Amino acid sequence: MNRVITEDPSKRTPLILGGHDFKGISDLVVKPIEAKAPKWWHIALAFSFSLLMLLLSMIGFLIWEGVGVWGLNNPVSWGFAIVNFVFWVGIGHAGTLISAILFLFRQKWRTSVNRFAEAMTIFAVICALVFPGIHVGRVWVAYFMFPIPNQMSVWPNFRSPLLWDVFAVSTYFTVSLLFWYVGLIPDLAVLRDRAKTKIKKVVYGIFAMGWTGGNRAWQNYERAYLLLAALAAPLVLSVHSIVSFDFAVSQVPGWHTTIFPPYFVAGAIFSGFAMVVTLMILARQLFGMKDIMTMHHLECMNKIILATGTMVGYAYGMEFFTAWYSGNEYEAFAFVNRAFGPYAWAYWIMVSCNVLFPQLFWFKKVRTSIPAMFVISIIVNIGMWFERFVITVTSLSRDFLPSSWGYYSPTWVDLCTFLGSFGLFFTLFLLFLKFLPMIAISEVKGVMPEAHAHDHEAKEGH
Amino acid sequence: MAISVIGEFKDPTELLKAAKQTRKAGYEAFDAHSPFPIHGMDDAMGLKGSILGWVVLCGGLTGCVAGFGLQAWVATEAYPLVISGKPLFSYQAFVPVTFEVTVLFSAFAAVFGMFGLNKLPQLYNRLFKHKSFSKKATSHGFFISIDSELSDDEVSIVEFLKSIGATNVSGVKE
Repeated sequence: MNRVITEDPSKRTPLILGGHDFKGISDLVVKPIEAKAPKWWHIALAFSFSLLMLLLSMIGFLIWEGVGVWGLNNPVSWGFAIVNFVFWVGIGHAGTLISAILFLFRQKWRTSVNRFAEAMTIFAVICALVFPGIHVGRVWVAYFMFPIPNQMSVWPNFRSPLLWDVFAVSTYFTVSLLFWYVGLIPDLAVLRDRAKTKIKKVVYGIFAMGWTGGNRAWQNYERAYLLLAALAAPLVLSVHSIVSFDFAVSQVPGWHTTIFPPYFVAGAIFSGFAMVVTLMILARQLFGMKDIMTMHHLECMNKIILATGTMVGYAYGMEFFTAWYSGNEYEAFAFVNRAFGPYAWAYWIMVSCNVLFPQLFWFKKVRTSIPAMFVISIIVNIGMWFERFVITVTSLSRDFLPSSWGYYSPTWVDLCTFLGSFGLFFTLFLLFLKFLPMIAISEVKGVMPEAHAHDHEAKEGH
Repeated sequence: MAISVIGEFKDPTELLKAAKQTRKAGYEAFDAHSPFPIHGMDDAMGLKGSILGWVVLCGGLTGCVAGFGLQAWVATEAYPLVISGKPLFSYQAFVPVTFEVTVLFSAFAAVFGMFGLNKLPQLYNRLFKHKSFSKKATSHGFFISIDSELSDDEVSIVEFLKSIGATNVSGVKE
């Protein structure tokens, strides 16, 4: 109990083994918030912020000129906007999986990762929400998507999967934000009680809502957290299932398949975990959090990447089998066209990134090598972006009638908008790293051995 | 005038013991403060289970009925549209949105119900006037606070907390 935090960081023992006392953990996690921001942080923020400005100017240009500035054509009327939307929503899924599903399974290692991954979820869903918003063309009537009483007495069509998507993604964003905020309240109270300036005290104080850590409050708090986890778990599975309905409920060959919901969910977890690994490697290196985000955590994540990557590979194979076995010539053509048609280059990028490279994680050496997993995690996200590109574009460009075939290529506006969405994501993420605790302080303390009261008195008392 | 008396304890084990003794001594308006929830504290304080689950059930049922009802009303009354020759009341297609609205309302009930039960936000709290409490309670301190409506009780409560091993004992006024 009386061990103090040592000055030499190399002497720290891993957190989960109890190398720090309770104060030591608060000190360690709060350090990046209280210390002056390092130089790399300012450079990274300036860079991300300029990409964010690029995004905003591209959106402004789009609204000014109209969707003609994108590469969309007839028949390919879904291009980068939909591909980027599915890509970003998918990345978000890993955060909810870690925070909700691993919580319900009582996986204590999640406490080191969950705050971080939940933040990633929220920022990724914000990026995702930008695209359907601007893709509707006339953005000033985007409110038509919501069931708002209006003077025309027009209501949305609730039998359309696109409307289901509006409800699924907006519910997902709201619930993720609530879950994240509830988790933050006790940690915001830590920041409030440690604040040295009046402004910090007031701002953190307002968001901490007057939390005192009383057990009467903890009782309701823990129940709320458990219920939110139980609600978020089926929610996250429903969200990407509904995203896949956007495709599967239509009748376009290559989209109209029942494998889509599980296939999309597996792909979403796959890409999201890869993104968490990419960000974790950077954050633990740059903020010196290696004791809390250990190699063990990274190895667990890589195993999940291997498992979900293999599922995705299975889905690719099964799509071909179903197309052949169905005996439907349009369906069969759609898949032969994917692998050998005009977009074969995209298809083979997808297969090699998603199916071949993650298989290297069978080797423990690769699974525990920082450079190897960093490269593979980025490759996986490139591959998963191409998966959405292949699904969206190849099917539309070659549908039933050869007379209405076409080839889609993005314009510079498409490319800059996509690049700009990374600016939005990283700007938010860098601000999060500086102003909020990146590790759930109260949860980490709760899994330490010292946190358990010895109960010998309890038996006497009763 | 209402007062609170606060005393500090060494670790979770001591706090659990102190909570039990406080309850035994007959105090009812008291709370045990810790930086993280302590296993077994609800029993030690003699608290009943949280009723939040019922609040969330009500929220969920409201969401379920509201979500399904809105879609059924829009499809049959407010704006009937024939889509692909399907019946207007095609309830199968209403399942996804009903599910999402159920989850949304349940989550709102869970979060705002928790705030309500915990009386949050409560930006002014006399407990923060206690020096040690305001610095340590959320980070690494373990405290018992006992409330009383009569400021005359202060002396006796201070005596009691000292007798069960508390340090930094002092009363705070409104």
